[in-house]
Amino acid sequence: MMSKIVRTQANFLYPFILIFGFYIVAHGHLTPGGGFQGGAVIATGIALVIVAYGYDRIKSWIKKSTLTATESIGLLCFILTAFIGIGTSFFYNFLANSGLLFGDRVSYGVNPGYLNTAGTLPIMNLAVGIEVLGGLGAILMYMMSYGKEVDK
Amino acid sequence: MILDIIHILVLIGLIATAYLAVKLRDLMACAVMLGIFSFLLSLEFFILQAPDVAIAEAGIGAGLTTAIFVMAIRKTSRWEVEE
Repeated sequence: MMSKIVRTQANFLYPFILIFGFYIVAHGHLTPGGGFQGGAVIATGIALVIVAYGYDRIKSWIKKSTLTATESIGLLCFILTAFIGIGTSFFYNFLANSGLLFGDRVSYGVNPGYLNTAGTLPIMNLAVGIEVLGGLGAILMYMMSYGKEVDK
Repeated sequence: MILDIIHILVLIGLIATAYLAVKLRDLMACAVMLGIFSFLLSLEFFILQAPDVAIAEAGIGAGLTTAIFVMAIRKTSRWEVEE
């Protein structure tokens, strides 16, 4: 566990880092960045809290099994979304221009970009974001769980 | 013109932080220097118009690897010792 200054800063920054990461994931089809980058930013928030509080207090808040399950769920969502369009082809974008979820048409010409477009791409971005968040969080937790902290 | 000056300053900062990361004896300072190196590298990617790579570099390089270095240093020794 680090000093009170570090812990206060971590408490203050943690929600903003999470919101920024989910923003990058949700706007993956409009702006730079996508599932991987957003998931990495969210895992950075987890890393901040782990470094600030130490593993002994963190292990009751964030479970390693939850993170590995999150990784598997993200990968399953990705492959299932790819398989739903198998009637035409693997990875077929069956939601685009359909009027359903994320199914709006994009108007021609210069526009600021609309969130409710692009079909299955936002869903796959969300799946990759969840998967990367779980994977990198699990790497951090396993890295933290071995060995003992040395007092200096 | 102003972009060229920023570009050259970023490159000088990259070399300086890489040199300090090798030379310093305090390993925590070395980890922070590598974090600054990754941040400047992401700035360089952004100047070269690759914002996608810049976000990945800022998240992985400046965030996660610095955290892993800090964890490893807290479980071993903070100061580099002569053999």
